[in-house]
Order: sequence, then C-alpha cells, then structure tokens
Amino acid sequence: MNYIPVTELEKEAMLKEIGINSIEELFREIPDDLKIKNELKIPKGLSEYETRKALIKLAKKNTDMNELANFMGAGAYNHYVPTLVDHLLSRSEFYTAYTPYQPEISQGTLQNIYEFQTIVCELFGMDVSNASVYDGATAVAEAMIMACDKKKNEIVISKGLHKEYRETVETYANGLGITVKYAELEEGITPLEAFEAQATDATAAYVVMYPNFYGCIEDIQKIAVAAHARKALLIVSISDLSAMGILEAPGNLGADIVVGDGMPFAGPLSFSGPSIGLIATTTKLSRKLPGRICGMTEDREGKRAFVLTMQAREQHIRRDKASSNICSNQALYALANNITLSTLGKYGLKEMAENTLTNAHYCKDKLLKIDGVEMLYEQPFYSEFAVKLPIPARVLQKHLLKYDILGPVDLGRFDKDMANVGLFFVSEIRSKDDMDRLAFAMEVIINEQKFI
Amino acid sequence: MSKNLFSQTEALIFDKSRPGHKAYFLPESSIEKLDKKKIIPSHLIRKIEADLPEVSEIDVVRHFTHLSSKNFGVDTGFYPLGSCTMKYNPKLNENTARLPGFSWLHPYQPVETVQGALQLMYLLQISLAEILGMGKVTLQPAAGAHGELAGIKIIKAYHDSRGDTKRNKIIIPDAAHGTNPATATMAGYQAVEIKSTPEGDVDLDALRAAVGEDTAGLMLTNPSTLGLFERNITEVTKIVHEAGGLIYYDGANLNAIMGITRPGDMGFDVVHVNLHKTFSTPHGGGGPGAGPVGVKEFLAKFLPIPTVEYIAEKDIYVFNYDVPESIGRMKSFYGNFPVIVRAYTYIRALGADGLKKSSQYAVLNANYLKKLVEKHLHVEAPERFCMHEFICTPKNIYDTGVHTLDIAKRLIDYGYHPPTIYFPLIVEEAMMIEPTETEGIETLQEFAEVIGAIVNECKSDPEMVKSAPHTTYVKRVDEVKAAREPNLRYRRPIAE
Ligand SMILES: Cc1ncc(COP(=O)(O)O)c(C=O)c1O
Repeated sequence: MNYIPVTELEKEAMLKEIGINSIEELFREIPDDLKIKNELKIPKGLSEYETRKALIKLAKKNTDMNELANFMGAGAYNHYVPTLVDHLLSRSEFYTAYTPYQPEISQGTLQNIYEFQTIVCELFGMDVSNASVYDGATAVAEAMIMACDKKKNEIVISKGLHKEYRETVETYANGLGITVKYAELEEGITPLEAFEAQATDATAAYVVMYPNFYGCIEDIQKIAVAAHARKALLIVSISDLSAMGILEAPGNLGADIVVGDGMPFAGPLSFSGPSIGLIATTTKLSRKLPGRICGMTEDREGKRAFVLTMQAREQHIRRDKASSNICSNQALYALANNITLSTLGKYGLKEMAENTLTNAHYCKDKLLKIDGVEMLYEQPFYSEFAVKLPIPARVLQKHLLKYDILGPVDLGRFDKDMANVGLFFVSEIRSKDDMDRLAFAMEVIINEQKFI
Repeated sequence: MSKNLFSQTEALIFDKSRPGHKAYFLPESSIEKLDKKKIIPSHLIRKIEADLPEVSEIDVVRHFTHLSSKNFGVDTGFYPLGSCTMKYNPKLNENTARLPGFSWLHPYQPVETVQGALQLMYLLQISLAEILGMGKVTLQPAAGAHGELAGIKIIKAYHDSRGDTKRNKIIIPDAAHGTNPATATMAGYQAVEIKSTPEGDVDLDALRAAVGEDTAGLMLTNPSTLGLFERNITEVTKIVHEAGGLIYYDGANLNAIMGITRPGDMGFDVVHVNLHKTFSTPHGGGGPGAGPVGVKEFLAKFLPIPTVEYIAEKDIYVFNYDVPESIGRMKSFYGNFPVIVRAYTYIRALGADGLKKSSQYAVLNANYLKKLVEKHLHVEAPERFCMHEFICTPKNIYDTGVHTLDIAKRLIDYGYHPPTIYFPLIVEEAMMIEPTETEGIETLQEFAEVIGAIVNECKSDPEMVKSAPHTTYVKRVDEVKAAREPNLRYRRPIAE
C-alpha cells in the first residue's frame, strides 16, 4: 500500500505541466551508474489489514508487563500514568506538528513547553529549564558540557550513577578533552573523601545520582558544599523522578544543574522508548543550556504569547559555536510529563511518593525474612533496594516469571561481581498481594535451587 | 462576555489551580503508612511541595484540548516545511506502536521475553541497511543530530584505530544544516566551512583546496539543502577518500531517493536517517524522532553498544554489549522504541515498491509545485529538475519591500503552515518548500494560487502583508522582548 493521493490521470497532467513524459525523467541528474538496477531487497508491501496482523504477531512474541507484577526499575521506573494522558497526546494537532517555529500557529506546543519548564523547575527547585533533551543519560552529558571549559575540564562522577549514564557521558567526553574520573562508593554511598581524592583545580563538577543507582539516598547537601569549596559545580541526576514528591529538591540543597528522565510520567515504558531528558539550572548558567527554550512575551497587540527564545545558544544560529548540536528533542513526552504532573498535582505526587516509600519498605521487610536474603547496603532508600541472594539473580528472575512476576534487575549485567545481587523496584501501584506473592515465590525458588 | 474558544488566551494550568481539587486516584494500600521521618534524614525530606496545580480531571482535559486547538499539524493542513518532510503520519502506525506487546516492555526484561521487539529492531536494521546501501545499522540515536554525533564519532574511532590522529577537521559546505557544524564541534573536531556553488553544489575546487592530511571527513546532504541532486557526487567522494577522509551522509533528504539510488553506492561511509521524516513517524511538536546510523561493513565494529544481533544457530535475537572497539554508548537503553515500531510498520506496509513510489511522487509533487510557483516568485535553479524540495525567493518583488518572513506569515492567513524560511543560509531570503508525496494535486494548485494572490497583495497592499497574520488570535510576537526580559517559567504571585 502507499499514502499517495494522486491518480494516474492526475500524474499525467502533472508531468505535462512539467513538460516531460515520465517520472523517471525527473531523476536524469542522477548518474546512471548510481541508479539501482533491481528492486530493493525488502518484502513487497502489504495492505493495512495484513500489516496490522504482522505487527500483532511480532508483538505477541513479547511478554507484556501488564500481565505480570513488575519489580524492575534501574532507570526505567513504572508509576501510575493517568488514562487521559494518551488521549490528549493523541490529539493530532499536537503530535503531527513540528518544532514551534511559527508562534502564531504553535501556541499550544509553546504554552505546553512553558508549563513544562515551570514544572521541571518546581520539581528540582531550580530557576530555568528547557524543552527537554533526549534522555537522562544525555542530560548528564549535556550538563557536563555546560560545566566544563578550557581550564576546568575534569569531572568527578560518583559510581552510584547508572552505568549506562556513565558510559554515555564517557562517549560525549571523549574527543572534547574532558577527563572523566570516578568516586568509588562505600557502603552504597559516595563518601566526600572519594570525590576529594579525585578532585583537582581543573575539576568542573561533581556528579551524583539521587537516589543513586542502588537506591541509596545520597546526602547531596554535603556534596554540594564540598564541590563549591573546590569551585566546582554540583550536577545532580535524579533516578526515579517520583522521588521529587518526598525528597528535598536538589536546588534547595545547593545543586547547580539538575537532570532526570521523565519516562515514568510519559506513558508505558515501551522498552525505554518514552525517555525524555529533563535539565534545569540557575539563572546564572541559563545561557549555557542546550536546546529549545520557550519564553513568555506579547504579540503586536499586547496579548500574552509564547515564543522560542535565547536562540543565540542554538545550532541554527551559532552553528559550530552552539552550546549543543541538539535540534529535535522529546517534545511529545514533555507534553506527557506536563499532563501527568498536572493531573497528579501538588498532593498526588506527594501521595505517590509516600505510598511508594511505604510499599518498598514493606517489600524489603518481607524479602529479608527469607533465609539467605540480605540487604547489600544498609542505607536509607526510596523506591529501590539491592539484596544479596543465595542464588544468581538471573536464575531467580527466570523462575519468578513462572509466577507472573517480573524482576528483579540482575546486577550481574552491570558488574560481574554482582551476579548474586537483585535490584528490586517497588512503586505505589504494587499491591500488598503482589509483594506477598513475590516473597512466597522467592522463598520456594531459593529452596528448590539450593538443592539442585 | 462572549467566549470564543479560538480567540481567547488560555490561562496557564497553574492559574486554574483551586485548593482541594484533584484528578488522581491512586490504589488504596492496606499497608500501614510509613513515617518518612524514620527513613529519610530530615534535611533530605521535602519541606515544600512542588507547586503543581490542583485541578479536576475535566479541567486537565479541557485545558490541553484548548491548547491543541491553538496548534497546526499535518492533520490540520498543508505543511510544506522544507528539509523536515512533513508527510502524513499513518494512523495504523499509531496503533501498532501502542500494542501492549510493544508498549508494556521493561528494557531489562530477559531477552527470551522480548524476542518480538528484538526481531522488529533487527528487521528494521536490515531494511534500512538495504535502503541505504550500508553494511550495518544501529537504531540507538534519538534524533538526526544525535545520529550525526554517533556517526562523526565513528569516523574518529576509525582514524584513531589506525593511529592516524592528526586528522582534526571536518569539512562542511556552507549550505549545510546547523547541526552539522555543531556536531563536528561536539565530537571534538574543528568545522571547516567550504563555499558552495550558487546552485548549492559542492565547489570541487574549494573542496580540493580544503582536503589534506588533517581531513577527518566531509559531511554532506544529497540531495543538497537546495533540493538538487549533487551531480558530481562521485568526484566529491573520490576527492575526500583520496585525501584519507571518510564521508558522512546527512539523511534528512532521503525522501527523494528511496529505491532510486543509495548513499552507500554514492561512496558515503556513514549515514544517518531521520525516521521522523522519511519514514513517516510523527514529529511530535519537536520530537521524539529517531536517527538510526548506517555504516559500511569496515566501520561496523565501531557502532555504539549494544548492537542487536540474530544468532541463527539458536534462532534467537540478542543485545550484544561486547563490541571492544565501539564508540561506546550514545544514550541509556536502546533508542526511541515506539518510533522504531512506527517506522517498521511503515516499511512493512509500503514494501520496496511503495517506498520507491513514495520517493518518485515526492519528487513529482515538488517539480509540479515548482512549476506553478515559478509563475509568481523567483525559483532557484529553474532550468534543473529539483528533487523532493525546491527554493523560491521574493527576489522578483523586492521593490515592494516585502520579505520572506512576511510572505510566510501571510500564508498562515490562508490556512497553510509556512515553508522553512531563511535556510539554507547561502540563498538570500530563502523559502524552502517540500510538499511530500502525501499531498494531492488540488492542494498543490491551491497553494500556488495563494502564492500568486499574496504576490499581488505585496504589490497592492504591502503593509497588510507585512503585518500578517491577521486571522490568528495571536499576532506577530515580540521576540526582542522575549529575549531581553526572559520569562521562562511561571511563579505564583505571593499572597498578600
Ligand atoms: C538537513 C538536516 N540535517 C539535520 C537535521 C537534524 O535532525 P534532528 O532534528 O532530527 O536532530 C535536520 C532537521 O531539521 C535537517 O533538516
């Protein structure tokens, strides 16, 4: 099939107007030796009905999380997203538009960006935000670029930052002359000495995850003081964004740049698809922000209006001197975040976070009753905790699937020495029954496996 | 008080907040609520809630529905935004992306439980490799510019792997999109701009003069940003290759050539494509897109991790993290997966025949529209056939004092989204028009007639054109005020 609304007769009329006899003539400037002789080796097209069938068949080969109780997080956190979100995202005036270059007919997108920027600033306790970057990992990388200059070209990253984020930052740093150093964890958190041991006069920033990858809540206030004493910035990367309903905003604890991933509030996790990088900073650093920023202004008649602004930072104006090369971002998921967080509101986010805290701790207590199951680190945590298991986490994961349970994340995939550590994520949507079932199933599986 | 939804300012969601209203209902828990003070150190507990609105469900729905009515999308009307390929976004693709088997997947699920997702990614990879004439494809980059960064890093990794570390320059024609030079800088290269010929072709002499031992590569768009096929492409790639550089293809304009010619056959070594352009995935108001990168076989070992592979002996699809020479990771997880599902759906539906036909009709529509517009405005390279887009300018009516911006704004009054304006930079007062293959002849005719009508208005009443648009609720916006007095977020007025 195709989506071409031109009949053969119309085509003939168009060719006539152009003054040629066939479409092929339009391609005469392409050298013959570069033209494809045969058809592309791609299957022939299908009808709409057949395509849908083919896709359903592929989708059916996946185990859909909806049928399971999910205990996996590790950067992809599954919280409640109201039904209305997808309905509003599906309004095609939103999703079939592009970047709001023409403010007169893009006030919907622009007002959304302005509201989204406000919400991000509110969550993080910061002054300025943007229309989004790609995801949490690239947001840390962009923050690093904001913090560094010719003289200050080193950053010290806590090992508590998600490994995939660290890898991304290394990719970005490589080639820019930025040195990435690591502060080792001790008992699951980053001691000040670990940062200090790596810091030099060239240190531009400390980077810490809050709560960190293992779920532990780092004392970012202490780290901010230490960073500032070194004339370095503090970059805080939020893991589970819902934590902003219960944890003090990093901006109020001294952070200079705060980033996160809005995936939990964008919709179903979709294999990590709806990731969206949030980034916010102080007014002082605002001109270093990457990407689109929306501002409130007036139109010719004095009516309130929104427009993309501070564009002198951007690639289409500054080209090789731009603060970043980003052009398209994750705009539709910025809209989703705005809608979800507006729906939850002031008290919904708080309630979500408090229920998450309660559930996660109930779950931990249950699991620790199982013989041989211990906490990896004894630190305050929010929605995620790592436990040592008497069997490989991968094995446990496989057997739990038979009980319709998904999880935990096998930390062996990030660190060979942690093959027996499972990272459990529990949110407000897990029922007591889910957690009781998890504990029951785990006990059975561990006992069975011990005797194999 | 009259209340016309389309002609009033929509209050901010924060201004609609009323204490006590709520739109959420979380699951009731039978577990006794924990005292957070017992868990979290007191200085790390939030003291003041984020100032999010307190609204009811109906308020949320109406607010965002009103906002949507202040927007213009492809579904609203003709959107000939050059370089952006604003083709129709098939509704089928929206449905397939939302199938529970694709949407409810955790990225760390055991691979046995996501075989369909991996198979789809693999199939899209090999389909794109075939369309591009490349050896191997990664789907990880989240947008075109992100793909550029991955691609230029691959070029760097290639030179480094050969111990060839003196190459520190990327050559970029002045007609290029801003992301190209910005990417070169971000990858640690110096961007060297070379002049294009007036028709937007690479100036071969300028290129020969620019290449040397310090050339890491060249970034090029073909068809060029002027919508013309680079006739000397074989010579261009030869010059750069002979100097030891590699050649990067900015795939923003791929919609002109699917099934007709391939970047790989032209000599390009690294390519990105924008799924949100050529492969019909919606632009989302500015994203998410996806910028898969294809490379020739000799560069495959540098692709970002993880790669998606098929292991034939076991008939299983896997992620491969063990790529020792990889440039590393470009983002967390695997890419904008729902966009990937949409693009695969599109390719499956169209097939080889449909893809080729799409490119043919994209080029037919552009040439037809160019013929019609030429009756009213100056068009660039009138004697040549354009590819999927063309450039016109008000050069022929400069004496009216009307500028491209004014014509663009006046088009809004007639119900169109304006074309891309003032790009490429090398054409003064450029208006870049890309109709795409999903528009019909009547739309193109009407659009051209409107251009004619506006040209007449420029002559008879230039002031009216200069103050357009007139029919929208929001009129021309004060950008200077926005930049001088930045108001980038709402703050609740302090209560008295
Ligand atoms: C020629 C060209 N190159 C690169 C890009 C950047 O693509 P993206 O916005 O997906 O990052 C664009 C997008 O507008 C483009 O037109």
